[in-house]
Amino acid sequence: MMPGEHRNLIKGLVFISPWIVGFLAFNLYPLIASIWFSLCDYSVLSQPVFLGVQNYVDLWHDPVFWKALRNTVVFALVAIPLSSFLSIGLAVLLNQPIAGQGIYRTIFFLPSLVPAISLAILWQWMLNGPMGLVNNLVRPFLNIINAVCGSHLQAPDWLNDPNFALGGLILTGLWGTGQAVVIYLAGLQEIPLELYEAAELDGTSAWQRFLHVTLPMLSPVIFFNVLMSIIGALQTFAVPYILTGGGDGPGRSLLFLATYIYQNAFDYWNMGYASALALCLFVLIIALSLVSVRYGEKKVHYSGR
Amino acid sequence: MKSISRPVSILRILGCTALFVLAACSPKEDRRVSGRLVLEYWEKWTGFERDAMARVVDDFNDSQDRIFVRFLSVSRIDQKMMLATAGGVPPDVAGLWAINLPSYAENNALMPMDRLVRDSGIREEDYLPVFWKLCRYRNFLWALPSTPSVTALHWNKKMFREAGLDPEQPPRTIAELESFNEKLTRKNADGSLAQIGHMPQEPGWWMHDFPSWFGGASWDGGTQLLLDAAPNRHFFAWLESYPKRFGGPAMYQLRGAFGNFASPDNPFFNGKVGMIMQGVWMNNFIKNYAPAGFEYGVAAFPEETEHPGAPMTVAETDILVIPAGAHHPKEAMEFIAFVERQKNMENLCLGQRKISPLRRVSSEFVKNHSHPYLRTFLQLANSPRAQPTLALPTFKEYANDLTTYVNLVLLGRMPAEQARGEMLGRQQKALDAKLSRWNQVAPVRVSRWEAEIQP
Repeated sequence: MMPGEHRNLIKGLVFISPWIVGFLAFNLYPLIASIWFSLCDYSVLSQPVFLGVQNYVDLWHDPVFWKALRNTVVFALVAIPLSSFLSIGLAVLLNQPIAGQGIYRTIFFLPSLVPAISLAILWQWMLNGPMGLVNNLVRPFLNIINAVCGSHLQAPDWLNDPNFALGGLILTGLWGTGQAVVIYLAGLQEIPLELYEAAELDGTSAWQRFLHVTLPMLSPVIFFNVLMSIIGALQTFAVPYILTGGGDGPGRSLLFLATYIYQNAFDYWNMGYASALALCLFVLIIALSLVSVRYGEKKVHYSGR
Repeated sequence: MKSISRPVSILRILGCTALFVLAACSPKEDRRVSGRLVLEYWEKWTGFERDAMARVVDDFNDSQDRIFVRFLSVSRIDQKMMLATAGGVPPDVAGLWAINLPSYAENNALMPMDRLVRDSGIREEDYLPVFWKLCRYRNFLWALPSTPSVTALHWNKKMFREAGLDPEQPPRTIAELESFNEKLTRKNADGSLAQIGHMPQEPGWWMHDFPSWFGGASWDGGTQLLLDAAPNRHFFAWLESYPKRFGGPAMYQLRGAFGNFASPDNPFFNGKVGMIMQGVWMNNFIKNYAPAGFEYGVAAFPEETEHPGAPMTVAETDILVIPAGAHHPKEAMEFIAFVERQKNMENLCLGQRKISPLRRVSSEFVKNHSHPYLRTFLQLANSPRAQPTLALPTFKEYANDLTTYVNLVLLGRMPAEQARGEMLGRQQKALDAKLSRWNQVAPVRVSRWEAEIQP
């Protein structure tokens, strides 16, 4: 190495050292420590006692863990496609050259600026069974259905009925699609107009252009958003935690893996068990991310390649 | 000006950073203000409750010139205390809840206070027995009470009158409570509930203590949960009767329309619920939020079997503790002893509109207290049948599980026997795990604590 290069290396390392120190102290060390703690009985206040794989055996037989995992996966499976379709659709609409385009874009983006805590408190009222805005919108439709079909359908008690609580949360999640819409909009504007012109010359319909031009060209952005959504959905914590007042929701229908980890770590002082749960979540996120990346390699179209 | 080469300046920056880190990690020295030792005191209270304690702290700081107590209001104090203690930087004094004691004590996070309390001249006889009991765990004294509470039935007299009930005669048994409940409950034309006489989940804060009103407890104080015993069976069966009589979804629908506790829409104030279990602080909220002329009564909560004579209640208390690793336990005890003096304790409890944990109560305290039913609460706290709240080492897990199962039963989605059985299975296992951990460390810890409390 030349003296100049050596000096540059030192300088580079010095400038990057805050990040390296941060990574070692706040990422790598906690990860390694939690692997060790997951094999221990550890209450934070006392020394960890080695248990072997007991925490994992307990976890396997813990119905609450499976319930939390099921809720997390179901939420991800429903919320991610729903919010993806919605945000792509909105982005395509907001990309149309119409008057007041900027205003519409701002209107759709604004809700995503609301902090999670405020959002949860707001939705607590929106989803209120007897008085909430959502049910005020739903009731007229139900009344029509009841009048036509002679049925007795009632507006759901979103946050108190185990059958509807998760649905209520998914509805809450759609509030924040504005952020994804902005990213999709940026992606849409990167698509060369010549492709649309060529497709038009070939006599394609608008739907065919969307299917065969827009979607393939947008696929790297879709892939990025979906990957981020998977990670975000699996880490869902703040909104259900506030919606349920720090609890699990009716019949544990709003208990997510992240909440169960938090409860075990900081409420029950079972840090060992919480570490085992956290590692399971970590493995799940890594596995799903890898599957997505593999799938992305085959299906995502990168125009530069 | 002399120039400094880049490597040297980088080395200086690194050196300064290292010094800063070392300084931050160095052992904490005594902090002093004008020569006075500073004691850190963390408390959970906010608002007028915080102000009441702040006045007592000011009085202490004015009363002497050696110690200065710095009073800090901390949210989620039970969690922050745990993390601070684990990190070796606990406050000198902390205000927790009695239900925190077992888990903190078993995890060696508190200092046993027997010797310190004895040396300060404080005696067990100074306190109402139930509050003293709440400060003890595994034969050690871990805390002294600050502001206590006992629970009682509160009823809306106007609703009683409208239902044709005598507003001066509260129910005395659970059966009577339910017969009053039927009379107080009103339905809308569509069958939904307009108001209800009583629902266990309003406010539902003492679900873990309910078996006491059925003649038993949830834990034997040792290794066994008593969810299989008759009182718990009766409690769960009582819960199950609610969805059968009023409809589970209908109850939750009514509950969904309830406003915030601290608001005029509190269901007790606006006539949605006729009878509730509440504590001594409720009068303060009634004064602030209930409509003018709101009439209510307070009496012992009805039991399954009537016991003429001494009334039954469940007591709980806020407590003052000295965390393990606190740097100035003697000075901390001096401050706690000051708070525990009758005059100061009464000032604190008056400020927070609560009762005093002390056996002796001055006539000024009774005269100046704004609660119209203060004597009822004092009578309940003095009752030989007053029981301490459930103080289980796995309290939080237990309470969380209980809330889940109780809601399922009240919604009519799970039979009471299944809920009780599942709850017992899960929670006995959790308790066994905690006790197994405790048994491993108990011999060393207990002998060390015994050595600490020797004269």
